[in-house]
Amino acid sequence: MLTALHSRKNLQLLIGLGLGILFGFLLQKGGVTKYDVIIGQLLLEDFTVVKIMLTAVITGMIGVHALRSLGLAELHPKSGSVGSSVIGGLIFGVGFALLGYCPGTVAGAVGNGYLDALLGGVTGALIGAGLFAALYPRLDASILHKGDFGDVTLPQLLKVNPWAVVIPAVVILSGLLVWIEKTWPVTT
Amino acid sequence: MIEKLFRGSKVAEKPYYQQFPPVVEWQWMLVVGVIIGAFISAVLSGEFSLTWVPGKWAEAFGEAPVLRLVVALVGGVFIGMGARWAGGCTSGHGISGTLQLTLSSWLAVVCFFIGGVATAMLVFHVLAR
Repeated sequence: MLTALHSRKNLQLLIGLGLGILFGFLLQKGGVTKYDVIIGQLLLEDFTVVKIMLTAVITGMIGVHALRSLGLAELHPKSGSVGSSVIGGLIFGVGFALLGYCPGTVAGAVGNGYLDALLGGVTGALIGAGLFAALYPRLDASILHKGDFGDVTLPQLLKVNPWAVVIPAVVILSGLLVWIEKTWPVTT
Repeated sequence: MIEKLFRGSKVAEKPYYQQFPPVVEWQWMLVVGVIIGAFISAVLSGEFSLTWVPGKWAEAFGEAPVLRLVVALVGGVFIGMGARWAGGCTSGHGISGTLQLTLSSWLAVVCFFIGGVATAMLVFHVLAR
């Protein structure tokens, strides 16, 4: 079903815009287009970011795997390696804290009126992405494939049916959500 | 089948832009949409305001826009580079990847938060007054 979309570029652009508007609207409603909320998360004072991520992951995990079981969608797991996922992840984390937004929420923050997001964040991210593209041949030859494990998913790794991981994961992540809610109650 | 298609390709040897051609695709429109959507929501809830220096930053480092802009710019370079390096960000790995139970995404998101929490603690609890 969804693969039919892959050849329809204009429709893709329109759907992209529509989903973007919806995503931006909900990010702002959730509060994560604000520096204070994101930095509050990284200082472990405000758990809004993790709660939004957990709820999205739990519902999405059930939804995507249901669609997949029904043959309506395919998974698109990203491949990775220790050199790319760990080192890249840590570099990203440093930027996440210095900037106080991530690539999705920085766009939302621009819509919210944050000029540090527009002039600092967006400009910086473009420079950073360009810098990576320039360094890519050298990084690709050295570090990016260190400890390569490909696009393996946890069910493949454990050699089990996806639902044998989805169901326990949903239970654990839901429990984590409840625990966070009880340990750091929303005070405002 | 899709996995073999990905793994079997030898695109990794080519320069970055050959592998990921810079053309306007739906992802660009998504970003434009996010700005518009956040703007609509902010205006509707009376939260839209042009801000140079966010509150928590101002509390720790003062109202000077230049310092904040410089740090935001450096942070932007790191997220731009890191997101490319790791092959995704808080949404792509953190939500979309983890919900597909991808190993690379779970590893990446844990590292996002290790790097992020450590840096935030350093900036706000050590470097701030």
